[in-house]
Amino acid sequence: MSEDIFEIGGLKLESRLFTGTGKYADDSVIAGVSEASGSQVITVALRRVDLDSKTGNVMDFIPKDMQLLPNTSGARTADEAVRIARLARAMGCGDWIKIEVISDNKYLLPDGYETAKATEILAKEGFVVLPYVNADLYVARSLVDAGAAAVMPLGAPIGTNRGLKTKEMVRILIDEIALPIIVDAGIGRPSEACEAMEMGADACLVNTAIATASDPIMMAKAFGRAVKAGREAYLAGPGAMKSHAVASSPLTGFLGGD
Amino acid sequence: MSFYPICAEYGAAPLSERFAATTEDDVRRALGKAVLDPDDFLALISPAATPYLEEMAQQGSQLTMQNFGRTIQLFTPLYLSNYCSNHCVYCGFNAKNDIPRSQLEPAQLEEEARTIAATGLKHLLILTGESRGKASPDYLDSCMTVLRKYFPSVSIEIYAMEQDEYARLVDSGVDGLTIYQETYDEELYATLHPRGPKKDFRYRLDAPERGCKAGMRVVNIGALLGLGDWRTDALITGMHAAYLQNLYPEVDVSVSLPRMRPHAGEFQPTSIVEDRDMVQIMLALRLFLPRLGITVSTRESGQFRENILPLGVTKMSAGVSTAVGGHSQDGDKIGQFDISDERSVDEMCTALRKLGYQPVFKDWEPITEPSEGAA
Amino acid sequence: MVVILNGQDVDISEGISVLELLSIKDISPETVVVERNKEIVPSDAFAETVLNDGDHLEVLRFVGGG
Repeated sequence: MSEDIFEIGGLKLESRLFTGTGKYADDSVIAGVSEASGSQVITVALRRVDLDSKTGNVMDFIPKDMQLLPNTSGARTADEAVRIARLARAMGCGDWIKIEVISDNKYLLPDGYETAKATEILAKEGFVVLPYVNADLYVARSLVDAGAAAVMPLGAPIGTNRGLKTKEMVRILIDEIALPIIVDAGIGRPSEACEAMEMGADACLVNTAIATASDPIMMAKAFGRAVKAGREAYLAGPGAMKSHAVASSPLTGFLGGD
Repeated sequence: MSFYPICAEYGAAPLSERFAATTEDDVRRALGKAVLDPDDFLALISPAATPYLEEMAQQGSQLTMQNFGRTIQLFTPLYLSNYCSNHCVYCGFNAKNDIPRSQLEPAQLEEEARTIAATGLKHLLILTGESRGKASPDYLDSCMTVLRKYFPSVSIEIYAMEQDEYARLVDSGVDGLTIYQETYDEELYATLHPRGPKKDFRYRLDAPERGCKAGMRVVNIGALLGLGDWRTDALITGMHAAYLQNLYPEVDVSVSLPRMRPHAGEFQPTSIVEDRDMVQIMLALRLFLPRLGITVSTRESGQFRENILPLGVTKMSAGVSTAVGGHSQDGDKIGQFDISDERSVDEMCTALRKLGYQPVFKDWEPITEPSEGAA
Repeated sequence: MVVILNGQDVDISEGISVLELLSIKDISPETVVVERNKEIVPSDAFAETVLNDGDHLEVLRFVGGG
């Protein structure tokens, strides 16, 4: 059986688990998490350097061979997202960008319209754009038109760890959208990541569930395995399942014969 | 984009082998899924699915109920003109057939329209033969000026046109396009259409897509089952519908299932499509494309049409004449094909209601005024 | 002269370059991106980009994020 490779943004990835670097009690754990999870893509944010205190640098704990996926967190409009993306690229760590445009502080739900606008601008500038959006078919279609490299629908609002609340909508995206679908946000347990992959998602992005686990490294390992298991189940092709018994009166009796 | 490369790929593949290689496991797997892919559809069209018709029917009828309710939309065809320069070997209007040819003048059209409107029908399908000279775009435009006074919804089933010509018709009030590929087997198609503009397989194949781009709200396709291998034509029809639905999600895509019947010529069908084959095709389409419209015309008998009501049909014709001026006039009885269900609109409605279905006369009303006259 | 660095007023002498400012503030140039008056200063131009009075500077780096 040939290797299952996830091709995206010019890369050939073996792991379909993307990880994040936010919310860690101790950033140094990130190194162990990256190894345990097998993840090859990792998100970071862009912030002002703190002039008053000397803090550690998260980059010290990210394995050098991982693909960096900076996000535009903090952006409330397309223009702000574009500005952050350009700054992130100027750091010299590649041209991948996760577009996150949020002006809702209560639920942290993304603004699909502004995200699509930012996607179009940045795709034209040669960025590999991974937009984070609600699981909406029309928004996803506009992202396809705008030149995104994938669509990243949320499973549940950021940080809630509530699992695939948008499951049916994500399923529609998997069926209808030609771009890779990467479920991002809300995945709280390895079983939920497995579920997403079993449905046919191309990858999962998990941050909070790993960073805030009692043992992040063990949790990272579990997530790595869960994503693999889900993917293999999807590729294996589930067997026949009867959704309901054949009941009631026959509808084809009029045909007669055997 | 075009459906042609996909169609050609299916044509090149040994479909008979694929049908023969399909197992009951493949069929069962397809029946267990909520969303079917093209391979599942093929399994349901294959001979291996024949023992599973009842199960397909249970699922199909459930899906139809969920998506369409217990309603059937009614319409009738109005033949404007039977002048035709094509030599389709299977058709009653074949240019070689010596039959009276005519085209409705405005006054006759008005009478025909009035007669039909009096039955309560609001969805009309207008048809012509292949004649750009006689049934020209200008003529059609002038017909629409008359017809939109009586019918909120008019579809066309005419010779294949350019996109801007379809757009012009949309502007004049047409909302639906019906055009059948007859058979998706390109080699066979060539033998069936030896002369005339319809000879161009690809131009016709791409016509539904031009209609979608031109703004048609409903696009209805199909193959004349029995001309070629019915399984192959049914399969590619489904793939054509899926192609249009995926590329033009705003269009209401539907499929007709005309089955070869006797006509005023000598051509006989190459494959026989039994009733159970029709049922299998309809159910496979319903399971593969849950929101696909499915039309069954009066080529089929009244009894058969009633039996298949729960199995996925969404549109039916009633009070039909396939002759030019046939609704209002007595002369000129040569129709395009013979009708098996001759019931009037009232009779159809009574029958439908008795079986627990609501006949729908009007699905929508245009709220924008069509443009006046030619573009 | 005064430049505004990450929102804070900073007194610096005339003729200071971006690179020198970073050094004064004990910031390693390889770990940051610099925006001057809304325009990105390429990292290979840190040394020759001389600051002016009233320049708005943003010095940013990657931090943990999801």
